Amino acid sequence: MANIDISGVKKIYPGNVTAIHGLDLSIEDGELVVLVGPSGCGKSTLLRMIAGLETITEGTVSIGGDVVNRKEPAERDIAMVFQNYALYPHMSVRGNLEYGLKNRGTPRPEIDKRVTEAARILEIEPFLERKPRQLSGGQRQRVAMGRAIVRHPKAFLFDEPLSNLDAKLRGQMRIEIKRIQRSLKTTSVYVTHDQLEAMTLADRLVVMNAGRIEQVGKPVELYEKPASLFVAGFIGSPPMNIFETAVLRERPGVSLPASLPAQADVIGVRPDAIVLDQPAGAAIALKGTVELIEPVGGESHVYVRMTGTDQIVIVVVQGRAPFGETEEIAFYLPEAALHPFDKTSGRRIG
Amino acid sequence: MVENRPLLTILTHLTLVLGVALVIFPVYVAIIAMTHTQQTLGFTTPLWPGDQLIPNLINVLTRPSPGRPPFWVMLWNSTWMAVIIMAGKIVISIISAYAIVYFKFPFRLVAFWIIFITLMLPVEVRIIPTFEVVASLGLLNSYAGLTIPLIASATATFLFRQFFMTVPDELMEAARVDGAGPIKFFIDVLLPLSRTNIAALCVILFIYGWVQYLWPVLVTTREEYFTLMMGVQQMAATAETDPMWNLIMSATVLALLPPVLVVIFMQRLFVKGLIETEK
Repeated sequence: MANIDISGVKKIYPGNVTAIHGLDLSIEDGELVVLVGPSGCGKSTLLRMIAGLETITEGTVSIGGDVVNRKEPAERDIAMVFQNYALYPHMSVRGNLEYGLKNRGTPRPEIDKRVTEAARILEIEPFLERKPRQLSGGQRQRVAMGRAIVRHPKAFLFDEPLSNLDAKLRGQMRIEIKRIQRSLKTTSVYVTHDQLEAMTLADRLVVMNAGRIEQVGKPVELYEKPASLFVAGFIGSPPMNIFETAVLRERPGVSLPASLPAQADVIGVRPDAIVLDQPAGAAIALKGTVELIEPVGGESHVYVRMTGTDQIVIVVVQGRAPFGETEEIAFYLPEAALHPFDKTSGRRIG
Repeated sequence: MVENRPLLTILTHLTLVLGVALVIFPVYVAIIAMTHTQQTLGFTTPLWPGDQLIPNLINVLTRPSPGRPPFWVMLWNSTWMAVIIMAGKIVISIISAYAIVYFKFPFRLVAFWIIFITLMLPVEVRIIPTFEVVASLGLLNSYAGLTIPLIASATATFLFRQFFMTVPDELMEAARVDGAGPIKFFIDVLLPLSRTNIAALCVILFIYGWVQYLWPVLVTTREEYFTLMMGVQQMAATAETDPMWNLIMSATVLALLPPVLVVIFMQRLFVKGLIETEK
């Protein structure tokens, strides 16, 4: 168990392609940090640099206080779970679990003890003598986890481990990973492009974009107070609605709350914060035509075209929508739900 | 194609049967010729078995003839040569393919292309310079001379390279994280995964070595290094007497057996090696 410190880390690929621009991040002992961002944002590269599978152009990565820049992956005492599991196809499940320990010269009784323990935690005891190809996707995923657990490493590194599973299994394994990580208290770095996975798993969430960190914080913090337009749009589903204040001011009968900072030229509002009835406090009142209603069960996602503009606003309505498509409705953006941003820098104001 | 057209089925089967007959017929004639006397074969080509099989076999296997070593010596030489060539080719090519695919070194691509280009130069094309080299190294009339020049193999290197490139990179990365260095990864992961490919190549390369004729003829002058292919040819090339077709055919069929056995025993792995996709 150890903390991971990343300071001033840069990655420049041959041909002068910069994947990561001088990045700092410190991960506490026992913490589960999720790196999230669109594909190509550098999250996997960062993880692979921590693992030692990718060289570090500049800066240092240290694990448990030791700078590991020049160390081989095996010497860093980390364990990695890959997206395609990367199980050794010709070895039995037991062989897969044992391989890393054998290479380290762990004594036989200790190996057996750890394999038994990991198999129990992951409930894969019945498959220990099978080959990976005889297992289902979920079982392979467990074996891949097991291979990490038996090592008792300083840190777990997860590279989109659930992407190859179907939605239901993904949900189950997500809970499983969280449970195991909690009980083992092993420092973990988890890479995903799925914001739901990121929100539910993370102790702390790191949103990355184009090789830079956009924001670091607890998932709820990021949801409630996104530091930039990018984070606002990336975290939360359906995504946050973005309005230009200039457009809103032009709408007849629309007045912006006095509390809104003057330099806020863009405001964001979560779809579930928009209300259909005039709220008690100050609010921006808007009108629009319902274009599409998506009932998703407990709630409905309503796509409304704002009157006089081309902008589509997404509104989340609890239960079933009390109106039909093509109907004209009024909706309100409560003052407390407004996220003010600066348009040019994309940063949050206040 | 899932179709039910009886006429087409008959036609395709007829074509297949014809093709098989075309290949089988000469072999059949050879096997039949084993069972007749030299006198019968001198004026006809019989199509039904005779009663001379045992005497002919005993004759070939035991009776020494001038200018030619005993059958067993030739069989031993042929087997030895084919096995060395097969093993040598596989060892050399799997290692060079490993280097080309998994290691970054200067002129990696150049190295690959140089190996690849040698594909275009079969033994026959480079036979005179190769002979010169082998002769100056004093390797004439030795197993080394018989085999080494035939070992360097572009085909197998190329096949192993193609196979290694389909092995996911994550497997190598997982092995690195698991503390396996390059040699351990090669032995513990890559070799077992290549098992079926190796088996398929074994079959092909054994037969390649077994049927070599021109090169052994060039580099061996001493009888104890003669191979079966050479022996059979010499039996046919008699100047004073009529060729002993019964004995020639017996030797031919016997020479055919080892490769057939290899194919039969390796068939399962061989087919798997050619069609297997799961990794």
